[in-house]
Amino acid sequence: MNLKNIFEQLDLPAQCRKYGLSLWECPQFLFFVMGLVIISSILVSYAIGMKYIDDPYIVALVVIAITLILLILAYIITRSFERMAEANRMKSEFVSIVSHQLRAPLSNLKWTIDLLLSEKINLEQEKGLEFLEVLEQNTQRMGDLISDLLMVSRIEQGKFVPRKKSISLKELVDEVIKEMSIFCKVNNANVTFEPEENLPQIFSDPSQTKIAITNLLDNAIRYINDNGKIEMKLAKKDKGLYFEIKDNGVGIPEGDKKHIFQKFFRSQNALKKQTSGSGLGLYIAKSIIEKAGGKIDFKSQEGHGSTFWFTLPLK
Amino acid sequence: MKKILFIEDEVALQKAMGEILNQDGYETISAFNGEDGLKLAQKKNPDLIVLDLVLPKIHGFEVLKELKQDKKTKNIPVIVLTNLEGVQDVEKAIKMGANTYLIKSSYSLEEITEKIKNVLNK
Repeated sequence: MNLKNIFEQLDLPAQCRKYGLSLWECPQFLFFVMGLVIISSILVSYAIGMKYIDDPYIVALVVIAITLILLILAYIITRSFERMAEANRMKSEFVSIVSHQLRAPLSNLKWTIDLLLSEKINLEQEKGLEFLEVLEQNTQRMGDLISDLLMVSRIEQGKFVPRKKSISLKELVDEVIKEMSIFCKVNNANVTFEPEENLPQIFSDPSQTKIAITNLLDNAIRYINDNGKIEMKLAKKDKGLYFEIKDNGVGIPEGDKKHIFQKFFRSQNALKKQTSGSGLGLYIAKSIIEKAGGKIDFKSQEGHGSTFWFTLPLK
Repeated sequence: MKKILFIEDEVALQKAMGEILNQDGYETISAFNGEDGLKLAQKKNPDLIVLDLVLPKIHGFEVLKELKQDKKTKNIPVIVLTNLEGVQDVEKAIKMGANTYLIKSSYSLEEITEKIKNVLNK
């Protein structure tokens, strides 16, 4: 933390504006106020202690005890305000991200329709059909974003309940690969899948699990480099199944790793590759896997690729 | 024939604007990310650059900065065409030398192409 950072932190009104909160709700300001309260308490308790208690050691102990209690209180209070402020900032950021994400396909639709209505294009020719395809792709794009947002909303409200039944995870992965085959081809991605033999069935919600696998494969394809290679594995592990997807794509920078499962988070590396993308895929995948009683994690090296894996219990 | 370079990652927008402007007698060149945009600007010497801000590889502001620093491209007028509406973005773009800042969702296709032609024919 260099000198410039320290002075920036001391500029309380600016720090508070960053969160979009008033001064009284701002964690830095509260920290400052708590600091003043603690200092005053130390002085007051020392003064009172010295007046009514003879033994200076006892006075010192009393002052230290009071200070410690206040410090712990101050820490708890400022931490919870920090979390609230961060949530508020993320909410504003969410609104701004979503509006921009929806605006992009909307502009595509609007101008394509303007063009078609201007009668400068003959709809019966191939060129005309291309413009109609644009309309279809962009309505799909908006629809997908809205579906993702609704899913996130249901997850947060606890309404995303898995409907479990006995399924073959291998067949589910095969289905996802088939559905994404055109996307793979368009992006020159070479996808391989190596499931172990004789895998047991698992008790899981098929449509939710499929969404999780699709989101992982979607990411692997999107953030691919040239000569994209994606290797998927499925194996029995402990009392469940282990699924892994390894790519040789752009990878995740060290500083971004702790944010990777956050809603709307998109790593700078990802943004540089492709600007559209909701930043919701991994958040949704993680929620699904964890609600199903499994675990999800990854390892990655910037510039070399990532390996995402998850485990699901048999029941 | 006057040449317009579009640096815009949404293919549909390039196609729509390109179709109108081609029919009206202008040549259009496409770049879908900032890096390719800079290369084409230097190579093809367009009469106008229409630049989006949210771009893959390099952000539009970086591209604008490079364009205005490079001797070959600094005098080419630039229209920033984006969906970002923040006042600070507008001020920054103008300060960096953009000719105009236009918000995509505020205009119809016809209005946008008219504005582009106006800047070109000034």
